[in-house]
Amino acid sequence: MTALLTPPSTAKSVRRDSAPFVRPLSAEKKRARRIDRVLTYVPVALFLVFTMVPFYWMLLFAFRPTGSTSLVPWPITLDHFSTVWNGSGFGIYFQNSLFVAVMSLVVSTVIALLGGYALARFPFKGKALFLVAMLCTQFVPGAMMLIPLFEIFNTLGLTNSLWSLIISDTVFHLPLSLILMAGFIRNVPMELEEAAWVDGCTRIQAFRLIILPLLKPGIVAVGSFAFISAWNNFLFAIMFLSSQDRFTVPVGLSYLLGEFGADFGALAAGGVIAIVPVVVLFAYVQKFLVQGLSAGAVKG
Amino acid sequence: MALPTLTSRPKRILSTRSKPTSGRLARFYPYFLIAPAAILTVVFLVYPVGSVFYFSLQHSNVTQPWKDGFAGLENFIALGSDPLFWRSLSFTAQWVVVEVGLQFVFGLALALLINKTFIGRGIARALVFSPWAVSGILTTTIWILIYNPSTGIGRYLADIGIGEYGTSFLAGDTTFWAVVLAEMWKGIPFFAILILADLQSVSLELYESADVDGAGKIRQFTSITWPHIRQAVIIATLLRAVWEFNNVDLLYTLTGGGPASSTTTLPLYVAQTAIHDRDFGYGSALTVVAFVILTFFSLIYLRVTKSKGDDK
Repeated sequence: MTALLTPPSTAKSVRRDSAPFVRPLSAEKKRARRIDRVLTYVPVALFLVFTMVPFYWMLLFAFRPTGSTSLVPWPITLDHFSTVWNGSGFGIYFQNSLFVAVMSLVVSTVIALLGGYALARFPFKGKALFLVAMLCTQFVPGAMMLIPLFEIFNTLGLTNSLWSLIISDTVFHLPLSLILMAGFIRNVPMELEEAAWVDGCTRIQAFRLIILPLLKPGIVAVGSFAFISAWNNFLFAIMFLSSQDRFTVPVGLSYLLGEFGADFGALAAGGVIAIVPVVVLFAYVQKFLVQGLSAGAVKG
Repeated sequence: MALPTLTSRPKRILSTRSKPTSGRLARFYPYFLIAPAAILTVVFLVYPVGSVFYFSLQHSNVTQPWKDGFAGLENFIALGSDPLFWRSLSFTAQWVVVEVGLQFVFGLALALLINKTFIGRGIARALVFSPWAVSGILTTTIWILIYNPSTGIGRYLADIGIGEYGTSFLAGDTTFWAVVLAEMWKGIPFFAILILADLQSVSLELYESADVDGAGKIRQFTSITWPHIRQAVIIATLLRAVWEFNNVDLLYTLTGGGPASSTTTLPLYVAQTAIHDRDFGYGSALTVVAFVILTFFSLIYLRVTKSKGDDK
């Protein structure tokens, strides 16, 4: 008990002393272990139900015929999808969203690679200030930016252009991209780069040949998060886009929601179209997110 | 320990001195590299923030262009006697406290659970974290399908004798908790991910030795886990509070701020003023107030939580 309160180094030596004695598990310990297992699986199952039921509910509405009240989507129908894809214009919205998300991904990743490399590898004056400023941007309400950004894009002739979304979304997402990327670059051993320099590489060559291949997981993670946040953006899209052929999926969804006596089947199908790219991507990159944050993003 | 070993110590020296790009331009390298990020931020973030302060002192309403011009503090004075402003302010406080509190408790529980070793952990993680990637508007879509009176979950509950047919969860007294639940669904993974990232860096040896010393689970949590994740929790709760304060997607689409403005947060009021009323002057004044509140809240929060943690 007392060892618990002393610093870790002492605690370790205590462990080492007692390690050779492997005690047989008593009946009491076994029972405790079983209780522990129940206390793990039951709450995990509850969390899973809470998470998955809403997803299932949407799939149910999207795939079952209009008028059906069955809790199983059978017989499966794809009518709702053809309604929203062709009738409500989700085909076009999907293309627009894809363009915005992919361009945001490219722009954010390139900028984050450049800035992240500077943050990870160079000591420079104003670095702390730059980091603090980047963090401060997270405190600016998106709603607050609507008015001035609208004015700026108006001046630049970019209202009702998908580029207004790409730019504003990249800017808002940049701090996270930068900090994550700097963390990933810091994790690539400096010695590898130095070895390349010794062998006659320039800094850029070393970056391209040594760092970049090792950075693939980081690039995938940062790019994916930029993609997801751009794909999901609603507020800027509804403010900046005015003609229907420029709408993105979230804007299309909000119009489906707004319709009186909404067609729930169509709404659910629209939701499925909106969700598939991000959830697939997220399932693939979520462990990089945890790793990236573990790598020191939270601690700065 | 006092003497630097050859393998670890010269890292710093190598990285700053013997790099291939020496010369006069070399010391500007980092600045070139952060320039794109810095320029974008200044043009599309810092400048707009400044202009909000400017607009807040102007009459600027698209629907009443003849009034445009310098307003002095008139927008702010009008705000003092605007019942919607005060109501949205108190709802914002309620919203942020309830959401962050509940999301934190359940997010912490989820992170602790999912950090244990059990069969299917990888899949369970990917699944329970997935709402994090879902947008506000999509959350609305899903929960509208669940809450709607005709084909929502209320109907199936009524089938088995719970509640009445035709109950709308998004009207009347249930509205607040219905919206809270929808936002929790999306928000719990945020806390769980941030806390889990920190939990993974706790040395397992600490728990082993605590076990040997006979410390119980609760004692292990208060003596090992909590001190370790405390800093991450402080940052996560602050970020989440700011996010819950600022984000309008869900409320804007799920309730539209209603019924009767009862779920209108301050930023939602700003968005409505900007998008529907096109009253940029008044909207900017509201924004300035929101910004000031948020800044003060953050400073106080960091101060309060810091003074407690300095004993480390």
